[in-house]
Amino acid sequence: MIKVQREDFDVGLELDRLTRGNPHIGGVASFIGLVRDMGGTDRVTALSLEHYPGMTEKKLAEIEAEANRRWPLDASLIIHRYGRLEPGDRIVLVATASPHREAALAACHFLIDWLKTDAPFWKSEETPAGERWVAARHEDDEAARRWTARK
Amino acid sequence: MKILYFAWLRAKIGTAEEDLPLPRGVADVAALLAWLKTRGPGYAEALKDLTAVRVAVNQDYVGPEHKVRDGDEVAIFPPVTGG
Repeated sequence: MIKVQREDFDVGLELDRLTRGNPHIGGVASFIGLVRDMGGTDRVTALSLEHYPGMTEKKLAEIEAEANRRWPLDASLIIHRYGRLEPGDRIVLVATASPHREAALAACHFLIDWLKTDAPFWKSEETPAGERWVAARHEDDEAARRWTARK
Repeated sequence: MKILYFAWLRAKIGTAEEDLPLPRGVADVAALLAWLKTRGPGYAEALKDLTAVRVAVNQDYVGPEHKVRDGDEVAIFPPVTGG
């Protein structure tokens, strides 16, 4: 399931919904991304997340379908927020459920790595020195590329 | 065609969205970007380094050789930074 929303989410409630009524699920893996304050002169006081409505949902659905193709998942969930967020706020939740932990853990890692390089979101940071757009990280491309080698 | 701009490309160009007829002689993404650059200083500045620019046509990532047609939705934006 894909959700793109401005509002916060309740992690416990979402994970409960993901597994409820399916006794085949033996494990749930999750990743929660938070707004980080870098500290010092780069102190981030807030983050604004912009996205491309339509393409965002399409790309997230494609990534989720690919995870389901690669691993035997019973359920999966991606929630990504947009709008203005402050340090400590939740940005993203990825959760995967499977009979066994290996598939759930690997698929969760795959989803967050691919989401970072494929889903059309952009962050701008408010800092004491002004507002600036976050630059894409080369390490994120490398992290996503790891998964193309192993099918 | 509809053209959408996001993040700092939107800020530099000064608009989020515009509707344009397919320019004469423009057949692919590379030609469209070259034509847009000539529309004003904001466009020229935003599109001067195309290694920092990604393009999606009808909501799929495409390369410079991808054909464009009137009626396409073309989105132009920097590398993504979500998650």
